[in-house]
Amino acid sequence: MGLKMNYKEFNNALEELSRNYKIYAPINMNGKGRFSGTDVVGYGEINKIEDAVFGLKSYYSPKEIVFPIRQTLFYFGDDEVKEPKVDDKDTIILLRPCDINGIERLDSIFLHNGTYEDIYYKKLRDKVKFFMIECAEGFDTCFCVAMKANKTDNYSVGMRVKNGEIYLHIKDKDLEEVFGNLGDEVDFKPDFIEKNKIEVNVPDPEKLTIDIFEHEVWKEYDERCIACGRCNTSCITCSCFTMQDVFYDSNQKVGERRRAWTGCHVDGFTDMAGGHSFRQKNGARMRFKTLHKVSDFHKRFGCNMTVGCGRCDDVCPQYISLSKCINKLYDIVEGGPKNE
Amino acid sequence: MSINTKQVKKNAYRITKTRGKTALRIRVPGGHLEVKHFDIIKKVADEYGNGTVHITTRQGFELPDIDFDKIPEVNKMIRPILEGLELAIGVDISDLESGYCAAGTRNVSACIGNRVCQFANFDTTDLAKRIEKEIYPNDYHVKIAVTGCPNDCIKAHIQDFGIIGLTEPQYAQERCISCGACVKNCKKRVTNALNFENYSVKRDADRCIGCGECILKCPTGALTRSREKYFRLVIMGRTGKKNPRIARAFLEWVDEETIIKVIKNCYEHYIEKYIDRTLPKEHVGYIVDRTGYDLFKKEVLRDITLDTKVKVARYIDFGGYMYDRNTMFTRGYN
Repeated sequence: MGLKMNYKEFNNALEELSRNYKIYAPINMNGKGRFSGTDVVGYGEINKIEDAVFGLKSYYSPKEIVFPIRQTLFYFGDDEVKEPKVDDKDTIILLRPCDINGIERLDSIFLHNGTYEDIYYKKLRDKVKFFMIECAEGFDTCFCVAMKANKTDNYSVGMRVKNGEIYLHIKDKDLEEVFGNLGDEVDFKPDFIEKNKIEVNVPDPEKLTIDIFEHEVWKEYDERCIACGRCNTSCITCSCFTMQDVFYDSNQKVGERRRAWTGCHVDGFTDMAGGHSFRQKNGARMRFKTLHKVSDFHKRFGCNMTVGCGRCDDVCPQYISLSKCINKLYDIVEGGPKNE
Repeated sequence: MSINTKQVKKNAYRITKTRGKTALRIRVPGGHLEVKHFDIIKKVADEYGNGTVHITTRQGFELPDIDFDKIPEVNKMIRPILEGLELAIGVDISDLESGYCAAGTRNVSACIGNRVCQFANFDTTDLAKRIEKEIYPNDYHVKIAVTGCPNDCIKAHIQDFGIIGLTEPQYAQERCISCGACVKNCKKRVTNALNFENYSVKRDADRCIGCGECILKCPTGALTRSREKYFRLVIMGRTGKKNPRIARAFLEWVDEETIIKVIKNCYEHYIEKYIDRTLPKEHVGYIVDRTGYDLFKKEVLRDITLDTKVKVARYIDFGGYMYDRNTMFTRGYN
């Protein structure tokens, strides 16, 4: 069903939806930018469409809604274990096609990688409905087209927000009722971006052999990368976590087990008992990340892990670009500079 | 040639090495200006000076080699500078055609602040301009500088009033990935005010100097800036021929309004009352040496209600060193 409506009508629908759903969208977090006097766009709950930010790419991805930054898995005490309650409400996320593809990458890791599903992820993931924000122009650092992550039909509602009007393509029968008597019926389907400003050539994963490990291309990143972890934490597809057993001070027998994000660029990521640690050089961390995104994951799941949202480029304080690095790899294994 | 040197100096002109030649000092409050003012500075230097300009240590410009008798003409020429850099701020200058009306209180300088710098905790130029509005024109010898963070690039520590921008880190535990970036950095580069307890960051408020470095390092936004802006006010630092010394902290975690009131009180109640009028001028730091810190504190904090967050120095040992050790003693009564 295609509909066209104004903000007021859409907000009426949001109000009705908010009885059963928590609604997340990119929002402006006033004064919460890293530097003084700056804002940052991140994911948060909205009550009305005016709260959502459409003109900027969010600094943080919607990943944290389905894969919380710090998540208590269970509480323990003596001989008892208890899982925390999950909110009764379901979840609606307003997000772009690349991020929908990104969450599908998380699904691969958490739900389809090996024998068991990650129940903690699944509990939150099963609640989610996608409201896809039409993204036909993209941003400077995007390379979703090269990653084939520019399109998706995995959404409940596709939406175009333009000039005070909202066009909706409603695929989810359950939601037709909510929107049914609002606005005018129109023929609408969202457009997708067909060409990014930057071009990325992905090397054939089969050609990315063990030889590339020793290549001098990584040396540059030994110098440039400061291992701050911002690429990992802004990434929609980075899914590494570490476990923490916390014993409460007042009673050392009770506590909680939780997991928290980590990533290949975060210090301590590969620390082992006895103090051994892999990939101490930052270039090796860049190598691990890049090859995971365009080679290892591809070999296992048949698509690149990165969706080309470009957030890692946006947030890197050293202006390191993953897309540039992928292009360098292409030139190395395909023989010859194509990406000047 | 007859020149009222006191009058000329008050008008921001210098008595120079070369007899008959003066030099004009141009104030740039907060050290940031539109380049259109360069046109006039250039014109004055070309037509009346020697075609050069000195960038002063207090972020002004000094135009040397001007004939004393050209002062009225030069004053007319710099009218747009007075309008743009003083009147526009709100400084009250009654006669815009007769140049600067005071030179005692020095230009309020500032580091580049958060207009450009990643470390700065606020807009230093804005605050410098606000202070300029409150204290200029004035004959008292007071030096004020504003700096964006405890790196103190403007050297607020050698000013009578040094204002250092702070932020109070806000910690959202649920966003913390225990990566340790903030803890490690604070230990290595700041005061070791952060620690891990049960994978969460604990901040020792007594150790934290409010620099905001932890916020810059946090990859997830678990640490963010406080909505309120805070300041450390350091006082009575100086260079000079008697007793050079670094300024000491007077107030910490204080707000902008309070700082303005303290500075105004200092001019209106403290210096006004205690300055030694037998001297041609007395630098405020030496007044504090004579009256003692307690009296200074009482006068500058009058009619001010301090927020419970504010810390006030109980006593201050200014230290520094004396060039002449014998200044502590004199023969007889003088």
